[in-house]
Amino acid sequence: MLTNQVKNQHLMWRAGFGPAAAQLPQLENITPRELWRALWKASAKDTGYLDVADDYLKGLFMGVKEAGQQQRRDLDAEERRMIRDKQRDGIKNLNLTWLGEMVDSPAQLREKMAFFWHGHFAARNINIFYQQQLLDIIRQNALGSFRTLLHGVSKSAAMLNFLNAAQNRKDHPNENFAREVMELFTMGRGNYTEKDIKEAARAFTGWSANVRGEFAFRMFQHDYGTKTVLNRTGKLEGEEVLDLLLEQKQTARYLTEKIYRFFVNEAVDKDKVEWLAGRFYASDYHIGKLMEDIFTSDWFYEAKNIGTRIKSPIELVAGMQRMLPMEIQNEESLLLIQRILGQQLFYPPNVAGWPGGKSWIDSSSLMMRLRLPQLINDVDELNVRPKSDDDMTGGREEGMARRSYGRTGRPINATIDWAAYLKHYERTSREALVTSLQGSLLQVAPGFPAGLIASHADSSSRERFIKTATLQIMSTPEYQLC
Amino acid sequence: MHIKRREFLQVGSLATASLFVPKFLKAFEGAPLVPPGNKVVVILQLSGGNDGLNTVIPVRNDIYYRSRPGLGIARNKALALSDEAGLHPALTSFADAYHDGSLAVLNNVGYPNPDRSHFRSMDIWHTASQSNEYWNTGWIGRYLDAQCHGCAKPTQALEIDDVLSLALKGDESKALAFKDPKRLYGTSNERFFRQVAGQHKDGHHDEQPVDYLYKTMAETLSSADYIFKQSRLHPSGADYPRTELGASLKTIASLIYSEINTKVYYVSLGSFDTHINQEAQQQRLFGEMNEAVGAFIKDLKKNNRFNDVLFFTFSEFGRRVAQNASGGTDHGTANSMFLLSGGLKEKGLLNALPDLSDLDEGDLKYNIDFKNVYATVLDKWLGADDAKILGQKYSQLSFI
Repeated sequence: MLTNQVKNQHLMWRAGFGPAAAQLPQLENITPRELWRALWKASAKDTGYLDVADDYLKGLFMGVKEAGQQQRRDLDAEERRMIRDKQRDGIKNLNLTWLGEMVDSPAQLREKMAFFWHGHFAARNINIFYQQQLLDIIRQNALGSFRTLLHGVSKSAAMLNFLNAAQNRKDHPNENFAREVMELFTMGRGNYTEKDIKEAARAFTGWSANVRGEFAFRMFQHDYGTKTVLNRTGKLEGEEVLDLLLEQKQTARYLTEKIYRFFVNEAVDKDKVEWLAGRFYASDYHIGKLMEDIFTSDWFYEAKNIGTRIKSPIELVAGMQRMLPMEIQNEESLLLIQRILGQQLFYPPNVAGWPGGKSWIDSSSLMMRLRLPQLINDVDELNVRPKSDDDMTGGREEGMARRSYGRTGRPINATIDWAAYLKHYERTSREALVTSLQGSLLQVAPGFPAGLIASHADSSSRERFIKTATLQIMSTPEYQLC
Repeated sequence: MHIKRREFLQVGSLATASLFVPKFLKAFEGAPLVPPGNKVVVILQLSGGNDGLNTVIPVRNDIYYRSRPGLGIARNKALALSDEAGLHPALTSFADAYHDGSLAVLNNVGYPNPDRSHFRSMDIWHTASQSNEYWNTGWIGRYLDAQCHGCAKPTQALEIDDVLSLALKGDESKALAFKDPKRLYGTSNERFFRQVAGQHKDGHHDEQPVDYLYKTMAETLSSADYIFKQSRLHPSGADYPRTELGASLKTIASLIYSEINTKVYYVSLGSFDTHINQEAQQQRLFGEMNEAVGAFIKDLKKNNRFNDVLFFTFSEFGRRVAQNASGGTDHGTANSMFLLSGGLKEKGLLNALPDLSDLDEGDLKYNIDFKNVYATVLDKWLGADDAKILGQKYSQLSFI
């Protein structure tokens, strides 16, 4: 019989970024249904626009009206390099700001859902404004209508730019966007033909964005002719093609299955997905209702769905910070860890997003994950260097990399605020401590004996014991799962 | 765990009796333990998009010099390979290898519908997918899946790096990445990790994610020990430059001389993304590559292993034919590859230099798909099922 505590922790991990230290007493006392309502309510409010862009860039980009040559008018090489650096720094700031929201925001459900859509609508882009705007579209609509979300993302500068909209012209259609919108964003492979892609690409010709990131329809590059997409013939426009894709029940199935894999279990229960997809379709793609169907079902809380998900690197890092609130001086180390573990926000591997599951785990990434608690505790040193990413850095990383990662020993300089955490265990007997700690940190029964943790913890004081035992429990394979 | 008799005899006798060994027997010290014929591949990734046209230089081509008034490498500076082609002046070891018949050069290697994003194009090279497909496994990873089903130590492929590349990730098996095998598990918590990993039990049929994590952890620790021991068995005594690549190739050489079962070694150098001031950056990187590879070849030859090692280079793309306004070049398409081995069947320039009068909007047109090279290496050098690993049959080349 699973306790409410286990079920609530399960909900916090799946519908958010894990239980927070301050929540620990509450999670033992309420029902999952009550917790779900609280999560829903906390995510119902409007969310603010995350704006970290540099003022210099704002003046430069928001001051000009039209894209194209103007942007490059009289910028010399030095200025262009400075712009690139500021763009890159902007994306770093956006990363840390959003990660901060994942850790601290009460709107856990919204941020988690946005995190899912961030991988679903994966776009690499070095323009901070485009990234901010796409993130905003995703966060605003994360729990709303998928129809609004799809239209918004499809018309965002980030996606248009990433999927070569500028090259999609009447005389030379570029199929990239049309292909991905069908293959990855709506229906999935095998449910349309190459002809459908070609015809749909014509409907999207002329879709573009100006330098300020606003959607711009370039009528002279648009193909106004008759197209046939998915057996519908007419003078189809891009918006109509998107709606046509949403008309396909396959789109609801494809999305629901992906959401099920992400939030429930990689092993898909076809009947459940079919039932959920039917309701998702009937609600005209109301994402919040779909999530409610999932998180208020009984089967979501079945043992086979608990502790079976390999946390993504972002989930792992955010989850640790939620349980152990910490002030991190060396914030760059958070970016470095993301890169080493293979998930850096705003830099998905490709338009298909992060594959997830077992693909997170190889010998080096697993050992790095297991070392994280010691790194946070500054017992271990961050002596690992990530791969270079020239899309981010334009080849100039070498020097920087040598400077910041080349030296061995980069402490994270984290100061953990243990107060709430320690308080929760105030009345736990010494004998029951390890079991209690494991109970709130692990979602899967430990495969190691409790004595192992105790023998590697510092017994010099009760406080030291709790702290070091906690970090050791976080250094196990079991903690990688939720 | 069994001690290999041959290893025991050799190590034992040398350790105890080396002072009394007659001179003629001393000559056998350091002789290969693994019998010749254990063919290995060493892959050097030139990250960032190396400029192929300033690597293998078309020294008779007016279009080349017209397109690169500042960056073009003059004919008398290039290291002559043929009447038409020269190598970048820093690549003296490669020129030597060319002249002694152990270098082959493939020009115009690429793939259909090239992508100019580093990450994406590198993905395509790593996975061997088409450019409109997104695969999550790499070609060497799938080689491991095919070769290493159920094997205890996933050391058939090793990457000398802190982070494992997609190329070496399979569905079931993944290679190991390490710069120093000891650093795989850090130091401060090693005893704890070993005790946790010790809880792993084999033989689950219905493998849960937690079993997968335990299995990976246990294999990592035992492989790290195994690699460490092997690397100390017959460490290369040769002189290598004190660079990262030099150290990596020395580690690889030491492992090649050991009894380890590794077939593929992988290492990277970069960044070759030379948008600005290309000349100095390429010169510096090529200098590092040339010295390290030169030492590696010399070492392998001395140990009679050069015939069994196939070394090749690749980069995610070449660069545009024309130089840009910042003394650099921008992202292009097709590129050259170097193949080095004492066991090549075809040597020298294997195909024609790029046709600079027939470009695709300023970019080279590929005429060898890199998957043809992979298929050749997989089938002819590694004896693996190339069609299964690459997802289809690609025609093969005849350099090996």
